[in-house]
Amino acid sequence: MDWKRRQVLYAGGGAGFLAELASLGLLRPAAAREQTPRAGFVAKTVADVLSASGLAGAADSAQVQLEAPEIAENGAVVPLKISSDLPRVDRIAILVEKNPVILSALFDLPEGTDPSIATRVKMAETCRIIAVVRSDGKAYLASKEVKVTVGGCGG
Amino acid sequence: MRIRASVRDGVTEAKVLMQHPMETGLRKDESGALVPAWFITEVTATHQERVVLRAQFGTSISANPYLAFHFHGGKPGDRIVVSWVDTKGDRRSDEATIA
Amino acid sequence: MRRAFLHAVGIVLAVILAKPAGAGGDEDVQDTSAGIERYRQMLGEANPAELDEARGEQIWKTAAGPAQATLERCDLGLGPGVVKGAYAQLPRLFADTARVQDLESRLITCMMKLQGIAQADIVAKPFSTSTVRSDIEALVAYVTAQSRGMPMHVPLDEPQERQAYSLGERLFFYRAGPYDFSCASCHSQDGRRIRLQELPNLTTKAGARHAYTTWPAYRVSQGLFRSFQWRLNDCFRQQRFPEPVYGSDATIALTLFIAANANGAIYNGPGIKR
Repeated sequence: MDWKRRQVLYAGGGAGFLAELASLGLLRPAAAREQTPRAGFVAKTVADVLSASGLAGAADSAQVQLEAPEIAENGAVVPLKISSDLPRVDRIAILVEKNPVILSALFDLPEGTDPSIATRVKMAETCRIIAVVRSDGKAYLASKEVKVTVGGCGG
Repeated sequence: MRIRASVRDGVTEAKVLMQHPMETGLRKDESGALVPAWFITEVTATHQERVVLRAQFGTSISANPYLAFHFHGGKPGDRIVVSWVDTKGDRRSDEATIA
Repeated sequence: MRRAFLHAVGIVLAVILAKPAGAGGDEDVQDTSAGIERYRQMLGEANPAELDEARGEQIWKTAAGPAQATLERCDLGLGPGVVKGAYAQLPRLFADTARVQDLESRLITCMMKLQGIAQADIVAKPFSTSTVRSDIEALVAYVTAQSRGMPMHVPLDEPQERQAYSLGERLFFYRAGPYDFSCASCHSQDGRRIRLQELPNLTTKAGARHAYTTWPAYRVSQGLFRSFQWRLNDCFRQQRFPEPVYGSDATIALTLFIAANANGAIYNGPGIKR
């Protein structure tokens, strides 16, 4: 089967997915197109990522909690936990401000699933991690600067 | 995949470890050649056949991804299934019962 | 001779005095240490080494080699097939090979004797790369995890075991290579570090216990699980020593020296490191 076609089938016809693969050198640019579920993954600024992900206008809120270490020994694996007291959260996004691809992950939460996620992200350099949640159609965020360093030789 | 799920006070916590190199497409291998991007793009988790989480991953989720999430309505013995798809079209699926 | 000594002292001083970039003083170092401790703690909550443990268990139970046998009759010191607690008493003397052996060399013995696989094939690529996974490293993850929660107790009852300890000690302090380094150059005093990586003092009980119980480990910087043979190999590389032979008497002796110094520590299963 033609490899590109197989990708489209698996992505459920998501054309933005093709744009993303094209930007990663996995597809010829001609195959790329516009708007879609994965549009956030090709957006180049935090604001564009948020708009593309249905999270435009996200405001800082103490009701979103982002737990991440102050300093990460290795930027390849930075653990984080996101939680929120807000009601009816249906989407959570993780952004890493200075990464080549800013949007790290997008989570869709059906009813009955708590706004409580933990995962690990790659960070290219010291910058802010931004956690965004959508509650009742409005977006809220919390952010934290994580220092990224490389340890010494042993260990 | 390693999935562990346990329920307490009505909330089920599921912790998943997935085996995947999550290549960004920016790394060079031992010979200096760029290693092509290859990463998990979607993860779906179900509880008793009902979807409890859909995740879309990008290249900046760490290698051998870890994911923990929480939902209501689970009981010990219930079945949790986690599946992923990656950019090569590979799929994996694994299941666990709630402890 | 004296020049080499002064040269080495200079390097050692540079190591002791190295500060993290931008650090202002001791308080900064303290904050950084606390921050890193928190990072390690969060990482410890789920260790990708578990994936290697599962893979290792599968390899252990899968028929392989010309003999098409599994490793389930492998004797790691507590009897054929007994995996639980086996790592906690390694390295030790084995009657069938008349050698003091560590876990990796014992796995090689079993793969050769039970499965008929040639030694050269096993040691050709003992360490995983991003494209090829090492079976031995997965087996190490599986076996070491089965000693989780148990106290380390390397026996030093047999004369050969005590000789291996002495040899390990001598190798630990033996200066060689273009920089005249020995293991002791970095690992024989408290409170040393290279940039932000602290260097445990392997000559003390406390240092050896901390270091030895956190290996083998999943290394996040490599996205791979690493065994103690790998750790020694990498230290040799950093000292600009010739590459040690995998599972050689020298590497086993060094392992036994550190492991015996760590005796009594509770082993908490494969670690996770930067």
